[in-house]
Amino acid sequence: MTTHTPQNEAEAACIIADAGERRVPLSIVGAGTKRGLGRFTQTQDVLSSAALTGITLHEPAELVIAARAGTALAEIERKLAEDRQRLPFEPMDYRPLLGTSGEPTIGGVAATNLSGPRRIKAGACRDSFLGARFVNGRGEVVKSGGRVMKNVTGLDLTRLMAGAFGTLGFLTEVTFKLVPLPETESTLVIPGLSDRRGIEALSAGLGSPFEVTGAAHLPAGIGDEKARTLLRLEGFESAVRYRVSALAETLRDFGKASILETQESKRLWREVRDATFLASPTDTAIWRISVAPSKAPSLTEALGPKLSARWFHDWGGGLVWLSCSAAQDASAALVHEAARSAGGHALLVRAPEAVRAAVDVFQPQPAAIMKLAQAIKASFDPSGVLEPGRMHAGT
Amino acid sequence: MSEIAFPAPDRKILARRAEIVAGLRRVLPEGGVIEKLDERRAFETDALTAYRKVPLAVVLPRSTEEVSAVLAYLHEQGVPVTPRGAGTSLSGGAIPQEDAVVVCVARMNRVLEIDFPNRVARVEAGVTNLAISNAVADEGFFYAPDPSSQLACSIGGNIGMNSGGAHCLKYGVTTNNLLGVRLVLVDGTIVDLGGAALDAPSYDLLALVCGAEGQLGIVTEATVRILRSAEGARPVLFGFSSSEAAGAAVAAIIGEGIVPVAMEFMDAPAIRICEDFAHAGYPLDVEAMLIIEVEGSQAEMEAELDKIIAIAKRHAVTVIKESKSAMETALIWKGRKSAFGATGRVADYICMDGTVPTGQLPYVLRRTSEIVASYGLRVANVFHAGDGNMHPLILYNVNDPAEQRKAEDAGADILRLCVEAGGCLTGEHGVGIEKRELMGCQFSKIDLDQQMRVRQAFDPAWRLNPAKVFPLDARA
Repeated sequence: MTTHTPQNEAEAACIIADAGERRVPLSIVGAGTKRGLGRFTQTQDVLSSAALTGITLHEPAELVIAARAGTALAEIERKLAEDRQRLPFEPMDYRPLLGTSGEPTIGGVAATNLSGPRRIKAGACRDSFLGARFVNGRGEVVKSGGRVMKNVTGLDLTRLMAGAFGTLGFLTEVTFKLVPLPETESTLVIPGLSDRRGIEALSAGLGSPFEVTGAAHLPAGIGDEKARTLLRLEGFESAVRYRVSALAETLRDFGKASILETQESKRLWREVRDATFLASPTDTAIWRISVAPSKAPSLTEALGPKLSARWFHDWGGGLVWLSCSAAQDASAALVHEAARSAGGHALLVRAPEAVRAAVDVFQPQPAAIMKLAQAIKASFDPSGVLEPGRMHAGT
Repeated sequence: MSEIAFPAPDRKILARRAEIVAGLRRVLPEGGVIEKLDERRAFETDALTAYRKVPLAVVLPRSTEEVSAVLAYLHEQGVPVTPRGAGTSLSGGAIPQEDAVVVCVARMNRVLEIDFPNRVARVEAGVTNLAISNAVADEGFFYAPDPSSQLACSIGGNIGMNSGGAHCLKYGVTTNNLLGVRLVLVDGTIVDLGGAALDAPSYDLLALVCGAEGQLGIVTEATVRILRSAEGARPVLFGFSSSEAAGAAVAAIIGEGIVPVAMEFMDAPAIRICEDFAHAGYPLDVEAMLIIEVEGSQAEMEAELDKIIAIAKRHAVTVIKESKSAMETALIWKGRKSAFGATGRVADYICMDGTVPTGQLPYVLRRTSEIVASYGLRVANVFHAGDGNMHPLILYNVNDPAEQRKAEDAGADILRLCVEAGGCLTGEHGVGIEKRELMGCQFSKIDLDQQMRVRQAFDPAWRLNPAKVFPLDARA
């Protein structure tokens, strides 16, 4: 196995062009912290963005940052904090769940469309993703989008790259929209609700005018003996103070809420963001299931007992993190069918290589969609050298 | 720049018009096909009225299945298709060609489902933008993207162009508020992309379809996010003695961590035109004006306004005028949103739509005035200052072909300037036919070839809205 670590975009283009000619598939990595995400495939060579580092543009007054793909997310977050700004979408950190180490890169964040609890208010990674430079499977350097927030010039290849797991192009530089850091945050905690009632409370909170920026339900046994329903508020000090009491009043039929102040609130939302509640035992399978919030209680009611699973809900209830036995192919067929019939989809986030090689990791797609996906893949990467099969066989 | 070209129509298709119309009549119920010349003329242009082509025929389907049947038939016959919503495109996105059949979704105008617990609405593509907000307003909800044409424009067209509006500084544009579409592919296949879940199961095809200007398929249904309205909203007018001062105030507000829900800019000519029309109480003795809107409870709005006013005072603001009533608020926004219509009373105009980094606004504004003056024309500027999306309105006389050419040339120069300043050709109106030949300023051949290959993955024979977006001579 060879690891290629190009020093610049032009070198990356040569390596990919050469791999294309020789038809040698490449795995694409930043720091490799999410290597275990996706279908398990055998690739001979690795293409790493590790040497493509550095912030290339940061205009605080324009709320925009650009960086080479291998730049550590932590470095970007540090730099932004100096100017009291941040990425809007609260990218999660997969290291606790996947048991990996190293510094996640901004390119990896973009390629996996990594979005955390704030997705419900601020949009996903792809929503803030303004522009990209990447090398396609033909070894060509392609530019899409730009550095401005409103841009409808041509097809939106930038957002297509988000969540494509490197199968369409090797990102070399990414540009993101920013938001100001809020002055403070607080979290309302309502104890003791069932999943169904908890999600009703989240819906009521998200349907209020108080701009909830995090909405999660942790059933009993997830980080605490009692179930906890969480709603986060962020902003200027005086606004948050007002909204906390107004929201508690709106939700008073769901029970008396306690309030977590800044530091405690931050700690708890980091655990929600990274799903650390489910990290151990480390030999279980982890599923990430995305459905409409109101469909989530029936889904967990059906799957939970059958799989002896543990789970919790983020995104107002619609994002279900679920841990179950990795045996029996991590119950992949069952989980995918449950997600499909609820109108959503499921991703097998953690499972042994043998399982990830044997089952569908991503939600199986209808034939017409797969046909489009394959045609799109071929339009970027006709010889199939970029992460072939990482998402679905044939893309 | 020379006059915008259209590809030569396929004579074989023109010769088969009667047969094709008969074929369409077979797949659609009575009244679904328009073929009389004077009735077809109603579909010959959109809001880029200087260009017109009468289509081969027009169909008005009432369901996804009818759209599918039409596309399957036209696919089999090898006939081009021009998708159309309400026909309000400013870039010629809905202008047909003589050998194309217009598929207009205007009759598909039902709100199918409103789901408050999940905060989504499912609507047919012909529903107007404002009708979505109206359908959910009783419960205090709204649909966020608000293009000026929101009373008329359809959600299908909004998706085609990835439309924005005045309030997208806070709430984002169409792509940020769209969760799913039902899409009919060129061969009539019906696919569902996305749904009520907040992310894509695989490739984000929804992101690709949004803003694709009808080249990848025809959207027949959309699932959009609906949001709860803020407790209150209040716009404030800030007058400045120069555009530079107004631009610097915008940068300072964002730099201090304040993102108001809207920050709209108007220069002196635009203020006069809009005030004459709407009588909104705009100050007439200033060179530039910002409409800044804040949202929240009374106390929150006051706290945020205090901060904004303090910043404006540091930037030599000369007039500050707060809305005192719901009626004043409505008038302030009426003036802004009718800017294009009000300008149309004064002169013919073309509206540019480039976006620039906000730090470049003062420079680009100055150069814009110089460019337009060098062609002997006048310009009025209204735009979304918070996100740098400019809308210079270049005034001209449509009955004077030489002046029209000059206006178009000035527009092209301004768009090149936007790209050179680090921006783009179009922020929310789309490329259409209008900016098609300028794509090479912003993108390399490799960039465009990649986009065109993606387009071909959906429509290998280039039948869907074929004369749009990509330079005619760049095609494979």
